[in-house]
Amino acid sequence: MAFAYTPGLRVADCTLVRKERRLPLAGETLVSIGDSVTADTIVAKTHLPGNVKMLNIANVMGLPPGDIPELLFVKEGESIEENQPLGQTKGFFGLFKNTVRSPLEGTFESYNKITGQAVLREPPIPVAIDAYLLGSVTEVLANEGVVVEAYATFVQGIFGVGGETRGELKVLTDGPADELTEDLIDESCRGKVLLGGSFVSYTTLNKAIKTGVKAIIVGGFDDKDLKEFLGYELGVAITGHEKKGITLVLTEGFGRMTMASETFKLLKSREGLLASVNGATQIRAGVMRPEVVIPLEGTEMEKSSGKSAGAMDIGSPVRCIRAPYFGKLGSVEALPAELQVLDSEAKVRVLDVKFDNGEIVTVPRANVELIEE
Amino acid sequence: MAVASKEITRIMATDCGSTTTKAILIEKKDGEFRLIRRGEAPTTVEAPAEDVTKGVLNAVGEIEDLEGRKFLKAGEDGVQVSPDSSDGVDIYMSTSSAGGGLQMTVAGVVKSMTGESAQRAALGAGAIVMDIVASNDGRLPHEKVADIRRLRPDMILLSGGIDGGTIDHVIELAEVIKAADPKPRFGVGYKLPVIYAGNKDAREPVKEELGEQVELKIVDNLRPVLERENLGPARDTIHELFMEHVMAQAPGYPNLMKWAGHYVDGSWKQVPIMPTPGAVGKLIEAVAEKENIEVMGVDIGGATTDVFSVFTSGEETVFNRTVSANLGMSYSVSNVFVSAGYDNVMRWVPFHMDEADLRNRIRNKMIRPTTIPQLLKELIVEQAIAREALRLALVQHKDLATGLKGVAQERTIGDAFEQTQSGATLVNMMNLDLLIGSGGVLSHAPRRSQAALMVIDAFLPEGITMLAVDSIFMMPQLGVLSEVLPEAATEVFDKDCLIRLGTCIAPAGVLKKVTVLASVTMTKQDGSSIDLEIELGKMHVEPLGVGEKVNAVIKPAKNLDVGNGPGNEWIGELEGGVIGLIFDGRGRPFLLPQDDLLRIDKLQEWSKALNIYPERFMDLEGGE
Repeated sequence: MAFAYTPGLRVADCTLVRKERRLPLAGETLVSIGDSVTADTIVAKTHLPGNVKMLNIANVMGLPPGDIPELLFVKEGESIEENQPLGQTKGFFGLFKNTVRSPLEGTFESYNKITGQAVLREPPIPVAIDAYLLGSVTEVLANEGVVVEAYATFVQGIFGVGGETRGELKVLTDGPADELTEDLIDESCRGKVLLGGSFVSYTTLNKAIKTGVKAIIVGGFDDKDLKEFLGYELGVAITGHEKKGITLVLTEGFGRMTMASETFKLLKSREGLLASVNGATQIRAGVMRPEVVIPLEGTEMEKSSGKSAGAMDIGSPVRCIRAPYFGKLGSVEALPAELQVLDSEAKVRVLDVKFDNGEIVTVPRANVELIEE
Repeated sequence: MAVASKEITRIMATDCGSTTTKAILIEKKDGEFRLIRRGEAPTTVEAPAEDVTKGVLNAVGEIEDLEGRKFLKAGEDGVQVSPDSSDGVDIYMSTSSAGGGLQMTVAGVVKSMTGESAQRAALGAGAIVMDIVASNDGRLPHEKVADIRRLRPDMILLSGGIDGGTIDHVIELAEVIKAADPKPRFGVGYKLPVIYAGNKDAREPVKEELGEQVELKIVDNLRPVLERENLGPARDTIHELFMEHVMAQAPGYPNLMKWAGHYVDGSWKQVPIMPTPGAVGKLIEAVAEKENIEVMGVDIGGATTDVFSVFTSGEETVFNRTVSANLGMSYSVSNVFVSAGYDNVMRWVPFHMDEADLRNRIRNKMIRPTTIPQLLKELIVEQAIAREALRLALVQHKDLATGLKGVAQERTIGDAFEQTQSGATLVNMMNLDLLIGSGGVLSHAPRRSQAALMVIDAFLPEGITMLAVDSIFMMPQLGVLSEVLPEAATEVFDKDCLIRLGTCIAPAGVLKKVTVLASVTMTKQDGSSIDLEIELGKMHVEPLGVGEKVNAVIKPAKNLDVGNGPGNEWIGELEGGVIGLIFDGRGRPFLLPQDDLLRIDKLQEWSKALNIYPERFMDLEGGE
């Protein structure tokens, strides 16, 4: 049977979502296997080494680096206070002594006899990570973090901006083809995750930020608006670290794009529930897409179509992801094995897609995306 | 079990790229090595598989299916690719750039001197240089510490000071590294490899400073005197540590390293896994040496563009490699657009497009990097972007492929009017003999003439230059093969890898009211002759097949140069290719007309001359 593999974005009604919550450095885990956690529960914490400051003591004292050790008041590894004297010259007949004081509170890490440099380190920086999801702890990664699992509605976007956030899901547009306009945002949106339709503009996004909206999920956004929003041109698609006061998740792409109706319908059915959203996107080795996770309390089984991931055959719902049919949804009509010549003269593997209006077109297999259920 | 060695006749080589693992099967038939099959499969270094060997087995499996023969056999750790004396292949080898390749930070005292030498050593070994830390880089020590920590390199190369020179500054750099206490990306609990290749008098203090904390290797100074670099030992050690430390920590690699090798006199000999660009560099160097020519190679990928060059500088031939980490045709396509600007991309497009629409299209390619242009118009836009990516990569290459900076020059009275600076670029397009293009947008262009015009427009070769493309991107595998069986590598490179597009003839120099840049007389092997003129602003193709040659006499106009100096006649052989001889009369330096209508006219005229697009492209307009 004709069959093809194609990447797709996941849109799952109810699936087991597994999140590794890992510390950047070894530390302490605060929960145990089987514990129930909310999104805000702190599950692990650690301390990052403090920032380093170099201080050239030999220069300050005006002496050769080799003469300094005997003039120091502190030993390597000792704690120091801000302004604490670190060493002092012998002076001239006991007068005109030159004292070197610590510019920071922290540790006197080391002194180098060749360069005259001392390494001073600020106090460790505490770091804590939360559970991100409402769920339960299923694994503890010794000293590194935990795994939190939950049965949830799971929607992957194509591109996002901003990091992890959460809030109650609120639907703002009537349908997937409607734009999320400025006038739809009011005080009732504060702290919420908003579901829009086809498009959001920079102006609307700004109003959302001012109103205290946590995140927006829409079909498309303009590239020129992205530039204004970020304040710079995004070169390489690695996002998630932006501090813009809002997380944006695009489900379809750039431009005005109707959200896939399945996605819209599914999210709409979850209105009022707590959604965990992450805009982090990384489009290179180790692809990462933005996501919306809505844990479903009391559910303990998956609801899926039973199709294996990535498998595409006749009848599979697909989305065209390149001109001239960009954004159009349809189903696979045929998967011819032979290579075919495109308008561009490239000879590639293709498939026939039947759109909802009955029209059948031929497109390269690389230019469709499976809509996974 | 010892296995008797025999002559190598069957070779399996793989390249584990960040997205695809490519396998090639080479066999010796009728006394010569030829490419037999190619197979590919997605790379499996990341979740869910997290084992690079799965992708290797899948790619080799595709070759098995297509060939109807078995190359995989049961080994100690399950099925594996393994050379055997009786069946399967005689040798297996691999290159790798999976997991983002080899990422390094380098350090030197003066950024433009030892810093740059260290950068060249790391790039030449196939690394991506993430940062150059130098005493004079303008950052405060704590900022340097923060940057090293943030970037988490796989390896650090510390250089600095000529032998007998500064020690203090080198130790300061070591202190910065120590304070940063960097942790490797892979493998918690092992020490980060640091190579010291600086002033030999600073070795002991560096050992004292860093010895405990990192895996320190000390090699010969890479800049022993200002006038000379000695990059070999540092490069070899980078390769060694790449295998021992970085690769050994990546998922599945310990097994892959065991598989790669062959039997020599009954005992197993490993073939080291090489970073992909390092292997391509080896091949380019081997070709330049064998043919005694000056060569450039460019590999334009989805995320990065690598440029390799071998040019002569005085008595020496100098190899250089640069990687433009964010110039590429899919993952990095938006960055090309951002770096080059809308106007520079659009100047290559013979129709108008709305800027907002174009921006959204390019972004959509970035977020869905595997899509391909279905419409001719989209292909033209992609090829315009490719020209700019290639051009920018060449600019970066020219900046780094330079003579040594900071070297005092001896000048005679004859040089009084010719003040050349030390550190001038070694890239001389007039001396370039062979330009090889590789990567999807060039190797898979629907018409070969498109690839030819893309490299001509981007690189602007001068004088006489042979253009070629890598047919299926197998230069990495051939590079690692050239280390073991150089003759097999060159044979396959010549016959199956390289597709000669033809020779480009482009007079260069200041144009002073001329309409004919050069007149050419060509005599074919059958004795017939052709006379033609290279007219100003025109392009012309004279068909001449692969391997066919003509004797030519080229007389450039006054001030113009085709290789023998301004105004001097050039006599020699011109070789054909799948396109033929390409006469480029657009001048060097080359400028597109400012006037929009004239520019579009000219683009259409040149495209027609090289027959790069179907006729209907003349009627294309912006929008759908």
